[in-house]
Amino acid sequence: MPLMGDRLAAEPTVFERSRPGRRSATMPALDVAAVDPAEALPGVELAEAPPRLPEMGELDLLRHFTRLSHRNHGIDVGFYPLGSCSMKYNPRLAEVAAALPGFRQLHPWAPDAAAQGTLALLADLERWLCELTGLRAATFQPAAGAHGELTGLLLIRAYHSDRGDARRTIIVPDSAHGTNPASAAMSGYDVVTVPSGDGGLVDVDKLEDLVDESTAGLMLTNPNTLGLFELEIERIAAILHRVGALLYYDGANFNAIAGQVRPGDMGFDVVHLNVHKTFATPHGGGGPGAGPVVVSQRLAPYLPAPVVVRHDDGTWAWDADRPKSIGRLHGFHGNAAVLIRAYSYLLFHGGDGLQTMSAKAVLNANYVASKVSDVLPLGYGQHQPMHEFVATGKGLKAHGVRVTDLCKRLIDLGYHPPTNYFPLIVDEALMVEPTETESQETLDDFVAALRQIVAEAASDPQLLHDAPQTTPVTRLDEGRAGRELVLRWHPRSG
Amino acid sequence: MDFAPHTDDDLAAMLAAIGKSDLADLYRHIPESLRVRGALNLPPGRSEDEVLGALARHAAANTPDTVCFAGGGAYDHYVPAVVGAVISRGELLTSYTPYQPEVSQGMLQALFEYQTVISELTGLPVSNASLYDGGSAVAEAVSMACVATRRNKVVLSAALDAPSRQIVRTYGHPLGREVAVVDHDDRGTTPAGQVADDVAAVVIAQPNSLGVVEDVRAQAEAAHAAGAKLIVKLEPTAVGLLATPGSQGADLVIGEGQPLGQGLSYGGPSFGFLACTHDQVRRLPGRVVGQTVDRRGTRGYVMTLRAREQDIRRERATSNICTNQTLCAVAALVYVTWLGPQGLRELAAACLSRARHAAARLTRVDGVELAVSGPFLKEFALRLQGVDPHAVVGGLLDAGYLIGPVVPDGPTAGAVMVAVTERRTAAEVEGLAEALADVLRTQRRELVAAAGPAAGPAAGGESA
Repeated sequence: MPLMGDRLAAEPTVFERSRPGRRSATMPALDVAAVDPAEALPGVELAEAPPRLPEMGELDLLRHFTRLSHRNHGIDVGFYPLGSCSMKYNPRLAEVAAALPGFRQLHPWAPDAAAQGTLALLADLERWLCELTGLRAATFQPAAGAHGELTGLLLIRAYHSDRGDARRTIIVPDSAHGTNPASAAMSGYDVVTVPSGDGGLVDVDKLEDLVDESTAGLMLTNPNTLGLFELEIERIAAILHRVGALLYYDGANFNAIAGQVRPGDMGFDVVHLNVHKTFATPHGGGGPGAGPVVVSQRLAPYLPAPVVVRHDDGTWAWDADRPKSIGRLHGFHGNAAVLIRAYSYLLFHGGDGLQTMSAKAVLNANYVASKVSDVLPLGYGQHQPMHEFVATGKGLKAHGVRVTDLCKRLIDLGYHPPTNYFPLIVDEALMVEPTETESQETLDDFVAALRQIVAEAASDPQLLHDAPQTTPVTRLDEGRAGRELVLRWHPRSG
Repeated sequence: MDFAPHTDDDLAAMLAAIGKSDLADLYRHIPESLRVRGALNLPPGRSEDEVLGALARHAAANTPDTVCFAGGGAYDHYVPAVVGAVISRGELLTSYTPYQPEVSQGMLQALFEYQTVISELTGLPVSNASLYDGGSAVAEAVSMACVATRRNKVVLSAALDAPSRQIVRTYGHPLGREVAVVDHDDRGTTPAGQVADDVAAVVIAQPNSLGVVEDVRAQAEAAHAAGAKLIVKLEPTAVGLLATPGSQGADLVIGEGQPLGQGLSYGGPSFGFLACTHDQVRRLPGRVVGQTVDRRGTRGYVMTLRAREQDIRRERATSNICTNQTLCAVAALVYVTWLGPQGLRELAAACLSRARHAAARLTRVDGVELAVSGPFLKEFALRLQGVDPHAVVGGLLDAGYLIGPVVPDGPTAGAVMVAVTERRTAAEVEGLAEALADVLRTQRRELVAAAGPAAGPAAGGESA
């Protein structure tokens, strides 16, 4: 066995590594009388045996998870141009900040007097997010972007119903993230889809036809999911506001415009920000993130309670006395330690740093687009892309190759594939978001890899169909996973 | 200051390649009226050293170095060093949702193992790959039950924590969901009375928000007799001693994952878990990982049942959940593996012994009694007679002890929760008891002084 081990070798599950009687845990010696559970809990149904958890020594435990980590691609491993996800460098300074004992050891129900540092930090963060969005107040309860969407739509709903105005529909573009219509449905709204026009922007004339007194609001990502700035956003806002409807800004693409253009100035009333995208808190394989929601003055009374306030004596406190609040969305205060990371990121950048950050993100995306668009044309090429672009791989079909195949081949060349088959309005879509933290050499290498694969699609399509070959597993049978539904380990399932 | 690596030469070459004169040129197609002119009203950028200095000042303005007897869903359990060692690995920390399974087998396998662990802890066969937190998990479970039963009314125990009840109302309000609350009895347990036949689900907590062990089996029978689902919010370390709710008939078991290796961090991030019976699998919210094989027949893992999810189903999805709390779920898996079955049992037994000791000692303080009489594990409710409980919590904080939360509503409103983990020593309990006696003496003296000479004699001190 080579010293480094075989990183492609199968790793048994933690249950298969388990041996009866092995353990890692140690407990402090008991310095009080031991209580017999059966005597202390009369009439209570006790477990006959403890749950069948794995039993491992600590070194084997650590090796198991280290081996699993070897089977995973992260930003630290290599380029990760996953569109709509802003997979940029996750600065480690933020990890150090969040782990400071003063933050880490703070109990969620500690009295406000014990949490003055965190409350002051959240108040600063609220002020900064208001400045960046051009809005007036924020909540930190939402744990992720979609949680923020739900919050924002409930705010819109509360605003209308407070005015005795029952409205039924939320409009979303056909290019919207799937979370938008799903959040609207959870908020009790009917979803109306507005098509994109020829240039890939919202068809504003069609929007005008769809908007009426039953419209509660419009959800929009700007730049949109094609990476294009909605140039007629002021007209769009006017159309919505004319009938008393509100505008919701999906902040998934905020990395394109942070410090350059503000949603509030565009006419948006409510914004969620994905701090695990724009402000580089680590995504952790699917969270934890945070989705703070920032609103205009007219929506502030409805924010989830409690909110951070400052008393006359200068101390900070949670204020739960919010009669118009939509209520709670989180069992504690939201993902506080993620927000501390975002705060650190903002403090490091400052206002001018955020402006160069977003501009370089746009530069990197346009640079890559310019180098590949002759072989992978933009889905909508009329307007300049912002921080990401959507190309179409439909030309590969002539060789019997799909964008999936191109993506799997990219893996063999060392890259995490871009987002693909989204947005749905581009055939064989490939959504590339390089982010600002990648160097020109990395981008040039990636461009060369894409061009190589497009050439291979013509010369050796089987190479693409067989990809990936360098990974612990080849392409997986997703149909079988859905039919057989093996969702947990069983002693005989191995 | 930013983290971009571009040199001036890089910028010049790249701008030239795309035909732009400068970075500002990248925004010139946007209407000028919308573009930010000049500097933002934000602090100037700082060095890493300065940033961490500023953060350290904020952290120092908190006072977490108290002895923590606080509960209410978050507990001061020890988090072993190996948890941090695993979840700080960059391959896991800096990965996205595993859309590309071939390069995400590490995270997918870990989630498959997590689902297995949650299945074991809850006693139900199916778990998803995590939710935001325990509170939103209750709301998601209620939604599942309402869809399954085609009913739109839920009954919540008053001994389900107040934030969870509020979240159920927040999520249910736009859907016209009716929410009823049933009071607990003098024991602190929820009566398993008759359930109306228009109820989608009964929701209880085990142990409940007063720390008391509920009769899950009786609740399940009552709910099922009406065709309703029983949803149990489980404090997961409890099953080191208690029978799993799934084995007692619960249809959905959810909970707050904080006790499983998460640390406190002011309540986030941790995670929510959700487990259910087989028949509800297609109504699950969020990610689910399944086992399959690759083209060579090698075992592997993928996100499955994807047709439930928002990016495929859009407005007809079972939930809008996308990003959730994956890394926290992995931390829980590591912690539970560190514990093992015997460790979990020892943990729960140690908490029970220490909590019983603490309850006996604290109720020897004059004017302090258990608020309810039912059996408890690591957490119990104290009634503090004749004082403002919030003032007592504040007084104890000054003395270096944290208790709480104060029960906000229901028949036990004003009682104060005390939680005792495996970390709390006999000496710390003694210190809390003495501080509590002092604070109560002071409080009562102030109340008497405020009430004037006509008021009764000052109570205080210890009867022991």
